[in-house]
Amino acid sequence: MGFAMSILINKNTRLLIQGITGNEGLYHAREMLTYGTNLVAGVTPGKGGDWVLDGKVPVFDTVRTAVEVTGANTSVVFVPARFAPDAIMEAASAGVSLIVCITEGIPVKDMVIVRKCVTQKGVRLIGPNSPGIITPGEAKAGIIPGSITKHGTVGVVSRSGTLTYEVLFALLQANRGVSTCVGIGGDAIIGSSFISILEMFEADPHTEQIILIGEIGGMEEERAAEYITRNFSKPVIGIIAGITAPTDKRMGHAGAIIEGGSGQAKEKIDTLEAAGVRIAQQPEEVPDLLV
Amino acid sequence: MKLHEYQCKKIFAAYKIPVPRGQVVASAGEAKRVAEELVGRVVVKAQVQVSGRGKAGGIRLAKTPSETEELTRMILGMEIKGLPVRKVLIDEAVSISRELYIALVLDRTLGLPVLIGSPDGGVDIESVAHAFPERIVRIPLDPLYGLCDYQVRELALGIDLPKEYWKSFTSIAKGLWAVYDQSDAVLAEINPLVITLDHRLIALDCKMTIDDNALYRHPDLNEMRDPDVESPMEMEAREYGLSFVSMPGKVGCMVNGAGLSMMTMDMIHAYGGEPANFLDIGGGASADKAASALKILLSDSHVQVILINIFGGITRCDEVSRGILRVYNPTSMNTPIVARMVGTKADEGLKLLRNTGIITAEKLSEAAEKSVQIAYGVRNEYID
Repeated sequence: MGFAMSILINKNTRLLIQGITGNEGLYHAREMLTYGTNLVAGVTPGKGGDWVLDGKVPVFDTVRTAVEVTGANTSVVFVPARFAPDAIMEAASAGVSLIVCITEGIPVKDMVIVRKCVTQKGVRLIGPNSPGIITPGEAKAGIIPGSITKHGTVGVVSRSGTLTYEVLFALLQANRGVSTCVGIGGDAIIGSSFISILEMFEADPHTEQIILIGEIGGMEEERAAEYITRNFSKPVIGIIAGITAPTDKRMGHAGAIIEGGSGQAKEKIDTLEAAGVRIAQQPEEVPDLLV
Repeated sequence: MKLHEYQCKKIFAAYKIPVPRGQVVASAGEAKRVAEELVGRVVVKAQVQVSGRGKAGGIRLAKTPSETEELTRMILGMEIKGLPVRKVLIDEAVSISRELYIALVLDRTLGLPVLIGSPDGGVDIESVAHAFPERIVRIPLDPLYGLCDYQVRELALGIDLPKEYWKSFTSIAKGLWAVYDQSDAVLAEINPLVITLDHRLIALDCKMTIDDNALYRHPDLNEMRDPDVESPMEMEAREYGLSFVSMPGKVGCMVNGAGLSMMTMDMIHAYGGEPANFLDIGGGASADKAASALKILLSDSHVQVILINIFGGITRCDEVSRGILRVYNPTSMNTPIVARMVGTKADEGLKLLRNTGIITAEKLSEAAEKSVQIAYGVRNEYID
């Protein structure tokens, strides 16, 4: 394959996994390797010098050494919530250009600092609480099952995990493939917004249309709608979960003011439709709306 | 996790934020005694975590200790928006000259805490923001520097606070920042912050929301959790590490992942039914966890049918099936189950459920439709 057509990760990605010796880390490391991802290193403080996955992947004590020895440029974080903020900042300081954080449950206060850190260092963070990224046929950085999607021209960006899998699966059933699928994460504070991913899809000549998967809470979808109206040239399909979710499951009044909206599904759907986004009521409808 | 007004006031007072003298009580007799100690008029305030307490009659002014006793007895017998009033706060009444608004809140988009103020306190601040956006002042904070004095002055000017109050206002704002920062709050709010007729600033009502993910480092705050806010089923679910919210419909749901859980609920609605709950068993659930989840659903008498939707990723469908079969007993059980599984070990999972009386479906749409038909029977056919 020549020049890779995708966003964020491809065949040339040199991946490292932080927390590779933990249960989850090791399980998914194997999945990523089996998928064909160029997994070059693992990091677990105190386990430097070990080899995992049948001696295929070296483990280092620090991200800095892993980067120096293997040339890793992307890190996936499987470290537990209490230690994940430190792990992300370590990766950001060690020279990788992309960090994907799978960990969920990181306190907001820690994420405020982490986001400031990665922004200052100019490192892209995806997540936390993200299923990761998959560029079908080339690489996966995270936990999205490789078997439910194939290479194609549809870009997918989502705030959800398993709902994303439903949509990928529905696309596969309809024989439609994906350029790259990015889970931006379901937490209040995340490294990359819908907009930053849409910008990359806009610039990627191989991606012809986009599916945006949103849910209640926050203003990510509304901001994406504004961006789509002004700057996005490709067709977009949207699917929003939470129409029936209880309305008090959101932040208090001051939270709603600062967001400038209610965070409810109806409002998000209306705003996206006004931006020309076609809304699917359920995952199985998505393929029918594709161009 | 939200805290009660009386809990917030106790915490705020420890940060030198002036609050009215007062005490929380659980009986009319205690209320009378507190009113006698406070001398003069008091306010009896229901301690329930809902907005609109006042309109519902949960906040009353009492002129005498015996009136306090009487009003407390009445309010303690109330239910406000479905929540029983178990405690009331007896606060000294304050003569108000002006009502202001001040809060610290997390701005998700900026990824920063923001100091918010308004000259229009005492009312629903959301409607102020909607009708008069220029009357809300927002100052984003850098978490590394915290709240600086100049930012407080900016806010004081923005809300037209007379200069004689700047000093005490600075102390209140900085106390609020300290409590927000040190408690891992995502919201710390004073509404209203009042200027009294005798020229003092007092925090008349306070709210706080603590980041659930940070509760592990605040065992003292975690103990303040109000059991009434959760139903017994919700509490049980939390103990099993399940995310569960009761709802009024008839179709029980058990799904892996929050987004997919909500989508499954939405589809039940789209097919003419209503979900009985939100239940996310999370990623990589064990048979034990699946069994606990199903047990909770079966214990709910409103549930007419249970829809299980598993998209296996980290979660293994066969593991979930083993959990289901541990609880499901086709001979004694009359709540029908519709199961739909895709992804990791789905074939194995569905095979285990075959010939057990559990209805299986291939597509989510089919599973949602079947569940609604079972729960609502005739009504659904009528709608179709």
